[in-house]
Amino acid sequence: MQKFLIRYLIPRIIQFLTIIFIGITITFIIPRLAPTDPVEAQISMMVARGNTLDAQSVASMRTALTELYGLSGSPVQQYFAFWGRLLRGDLGPSLANFPTPVSEMIGQALPYTLALLVPALTISWILGNLFGSMSSYYPKNKALNVIEVLGQAVRPIPYYIVALVLLVVFAFFIPIFPFSGAYDIGTRPNWSLAFIWNFIQHAILPAATLVLVGFGGWFVGMKSLTSNIISEDYVVYAETAGLKKNKILTNYIMRNAMLPQLTGLALSIGTIFSGALIMEVVFGYPGIGMLTLVAVFRNDYSMIMGIAIYSIIGVATAVFIMDLLYPLFDPRVRYQ
Amino acid sequence: MFKVIRDLLRYDARFRIAFIFLAAVVLLILLSTVSPYDPNKSFVVEMDTPPSLEHLFGTDSRGQDLFWWLTFAVRNSLFLGVMTAIISRVIAVLVGLIAGYRGGWIDRVLMVINDSFVVLPVLPILILLGFLLRDSMNLFLLAVILGLFGWPFDARLIRSQVLSLKERSFTRTAVYSGTSGFWISLNEHLPFVLPIVFATTINNILWSIGMEVTLSILGLSDLTTPTLGTALYWANQHGALVAGNWWWIAAPSLVAIILFLGLYLLFASINEYIDPRTRLRMIGG
Repeated sequence: MQKFLIRYLIPRIIQFLTIIFIGITITFIIPRLAPTDPVEAQISMMVARGNTLDAQSVASMRTALTELYGLSGSPVQQYFAFWGRLLRGDLGPSLANFPTPVSEMIGQALPYTLALLVPALTISWILGNLFGSMSSYYPKNKALNVIEVLGQAVRPIPYYIVALVLLVVFAFFIPIFPFSGAYDIGTRPNWSLAFIWNFIQHAILPAATLVLVGFGGWFVGMKSLTSNIISEDYVVYAETAGLKKNKILTNYIMRNAMLPQLTGLALSIGTIFSGALIMEVVFGYPGIGMLTLVAVFRNDYSMIMGIAIYSIIGVATAVFIMDLLYPLFDPRVRYQ
Repeated sequence: MFKVIRDLLRYDARFRIAFIFLAAVVLLILLSTVSPYDPNKSFVVEMDTPPSLEHLFGTDSRGQDLFWWLTFAVRNSLFLGVMTAIISRVIAVLVGLIAGYRGGWIDRVLMVINDSFVVLPVLPILILLGFLLRDSMNLFLLAVILGLFGWPFDARLIRSQVLSLKERSFTRTAVYSGTSGFWISLNEHLPFVLPIVFATTINNILWSIGMEVTLSILGLSDLTTPTLGTALYWANQHGALVAGNWWWIAAPSLVAIILFLGLYLLFASINEYIDPRTRLRMIGG
């Protein structure tokens, strides 16, 4: 157990903290490299938009902004102050919805993004691995070959365009799915069966986008991993022993190829999260992606900063959790 | 070179499709030089006309011919992709060669940074950057920014190659004959690494063009330059779908799909070709 702690757990914790450290440091440095004074630019932009702000709220906003950009004191002081506020979970007020805290708005949007992302990610990973290993075990199967070609055809297309095509086809030309949002306008989120059904209907196209784009990658990955395994001695032995083909596939082949795929999943969470953000924009889905779009259009700097920081911490944590779960799947880590 | 292309055309269906798609893209790019319309001028043709023989992809609400406008868009998008790839390749090769060859604490530090960059969600950081640089954004600046974020996966790949090259006898011979580490990396290791660099370049171009589309849709790239992303941005701004101008969305999407599929299939095909085992299987050897 102690060995496990030192050899496995501690390096993972260090990596986790390093990712957050580097990410947060980048978000600290970026505004300081920008050519314009962000505080004054922000205030003049808000005034120019015709917001009726009295002198006092302009002054309080200036203080809030200077705080937020962390522009008071020397760079080193600024850096520590920045961390101090982060650790207290204080990301300042949203500028477009002053004075609602950024954290609160992100907290409201996050469940929607997660409700899409987690199931879609799981489904595409499982389907990709399943079909990928089947395709290398049954290379002559026509249906699997067709699935492979289709998966590969969708894989390189940006999320936005796949989402757009799905939306146009299945909500515009063949209107079987709702056009946008996470539920019908006029209904309020609750736990009734009707609402849940409505919610699922709205989630199908966005989730399908994530599944379709992700599927091809897992498929190819699994196929190339298993293509070496199917000629291993133990697989040949299992076949000679007359085991059922499906059993060989799941217990002998997939089991051994799963671990690199699991690592791949951890590494690609950040990329997939980014894809989910832009996909939400197409479907008007009220998650973090929509929040970002609105923040950009309304010049809500603190919101964008908050989203960047939360995304970094969120993705790093997700990767860390996957690392912690890894020993469950890999007996070598458990028993070493 | 021609022999390689001929072989690939003969034995690899993916390469054939990629060849056709990319030929179409190149044709579009070449056509941009003879465009009858200036892409920066609007209201030069009738607005909102559906595709016809005269306007192949129709015209948009800004009075521009979509076909000719897209010839510029695809040219700029590809230019951005190639620029990004070159910048990120330089970083990836440097980090990969140094980390792999020097090893020790340099390797460890570089790889910790590298792995953090792999895991970090790039888009939110790019949005933050794009937001702050909104007024001074242009294609070149965007390429530099994307280049600074596009290297880590490939750096790791190159490092792992160098790690195995380092154990080969020719490296030892070079070391014993007094060649400097810099020269060994450049002369002895780089040529081995170049095929992977080439294959990953295509992947990086894809990533970069995709990122540009994403940032443009959020209104964070240089919106006055025609690119595949800004085409979609302006279509959204003018509510093209709601107004029923489906061709304004369909045309850039179609061009993007052709470009992405072409590049991706080329990548997949070359990636297999580089590996001699699959190359033999492909020609039935």
